[in-house]
Amino acid sequence: MTEQLIMLGLILAKLGLIFIVILTLAAYLVLAERKILARMQLRYGPNRVGPFGMLQPLSDLIKLLTKEDFLPAAADKWLFLIAPGLSALTALLTFAVIPFGPPLEIFGRTLPLVVIDLNIGLLYFLGLSSLAVYGMALGGWASNSKYALLGSIRGLSQLISYELSMGLAVVPVVMMARSFSLTEIVMAQAEIPYALLNPPAFLIFLISIVAESKRIPFDMPEAENELVAGFHTEYSGMRFGLFFVGEYINLIILGSMLTVLFLGGWHGPWLPGVVWFSLKVLAVCFFFIWVRASLPRLRYDQLMHFGWKVLLPLALLNALVTGAILLWIGQ
Amino acid sequence: MHLYRDLRGTLQPFWVTLRNMFRKPVTVQYPEQRQQVAERYRARLILTRDPDGEERCVACHLCSAACPVDCISMQATVAEDGRRYAAWFRINFSRCIFCGLCTEACPTLAIQVTGDFELAGRDPLKLVYEKEDLLVDHCGQEPDYNFYRQAGIAVAAPRGGNPTESAPEDPKSLLP
Ligand code: SF4
Ligand code: SF4
Repeated sequence: MTEQLIMLGLILAKLGLIFIVILTLAAYLVLAERKILARMQLRYGPNRVGPFGMLQPLSDLIKLLTKEDFLPAAADKWLFLIAPGLSALTALLTFAVIPFGPPLEIFGRTLPLVVIDLNIGLLYFLGLSSLAVYGMALGGWASNSKYALLGSIRGLSQLISYELSMGLAVVPVVMMARSFSLTEIVMAQAEIPYALLNPPAFLIFLISIVAESKRIPFDMPEAENELVAGFHTEYSGMRFGLFFVGEYINLIILGSMLTVLFLGGWHGPWLPGVVWFSLKVLAVCFFFIWVRASLPRLRYDQLMHFGWKVLLPLALLNALVTGAILLWIGQ
Repeated sequence: MHLYRDLRGTLQPFWVTLRNMFRKPVTVQYPEQRQQVAERYRARLILTRDPDGEERCVACHLCSAACPVDCISMQATVAEDGRRYAAWFRINFSRCIFCGLCTEACPTLAIQVTGDFELAGRDPLKLVYEKEDLLVDHCGQEPDYNFYRQAGIAVAAPRGGNPTESAPEDPKSLLP
């Protein structure tokens, strides 16, 4: 009985820790993004609240919480209220399958550093990442505003253009690791990360997750110079905040997925696994911010063209070639 | 080669942004660091006085006519000695766009711009400046100019009494 209680306590502690760490990380990612972006544009970024602006996320939170929660008169009330939560929730849920460290020995028990090691973890991630677009689509639809609607329509069509190549880019990984479980995929990369073994798949996945994160250069759903703010035009206060936080949690999730699938997860010399994992995720996040500072937004048809005519055939070809090589080696 | 051009165009910006990340920002940290504003900077307006210490403004309404946002209003009066002046003079700085057109229009160089740009406040009504807020005790950027000494009107000195003026002709002297 005490045995089970201790285990339960450990699991709850792990869950709480993950929750807090992710939310804090998302908040500070916003700050980091603003600061790094500013430095790349020869500005300082937020540096007024607290030392080096370190309390900026807190003041942003207070600001968002105290703002009016505005509901447009013509909006579809329930969908409008639910959508932001959906977007943040799906982002949070995805972290359930991501292994962020080797199993930990604690009080003589092994505690796997993953919320749940699903044997179809990869499919779970793909499924949830498609669900995440519902938050955006419903938000745009329920706002009953043309800009929001256009934004969510763009988001949906963008989704079908990159999800295919994203799905196809992970097929070689599954074939090489012979498993859908993310933990086993990481285990299989103990020697050499898949980014080096299969660079095309890595690149295709990288481009697809930039599109998945709906950030520059693929930020058509928001496109503030064309669509005001896209799907969240009508949102204010903490509901907008939820969309915003969802976007940054999503950034962390996508960084973790890239780390798990292609960068060797927690494997690395000298440092403990969790540290390696965090370093890799943060590096990917920095890359995302760097992309935002460097590239302009693509046009809408260019994304379609790129997704369907370049990425998809490449991903297919890559899956085919990888399969052939694996077969050949296997014989 | 399109592909080469596209790849170059995609990768080069990354190098540019990375390089700039390690350069010193150009931001002026405003409340602590202040920049010297330019000599002809256009900010808060003032009503200046002439070298004799009298008000320059003759309440001609030219500035309020020139103002594109109509933020100047006044009431003209005439003093006992024939000097025109504004009974009240009001500039609404919450509407002023600091274009300086009023100073261009002013024939007496009364209304002038200054470099004081720190007008911000929480109450817009505090930005409505009355004559006593606008009137200053100096000549502004034109220390020598005195309208009444150039205009041929006998207010500052009797007619012909100013250095650039000649005495009025006596038309009767032309009679045969
Ligand atoms: S500066 Fe321009 S806007 Fe302001 S009072 Fe003069 S004319 Fe009007
Ligand atoms: S400030 Fe100048 S332009 Fe305006 S009323 Fe006075 S004299 Fe005329």
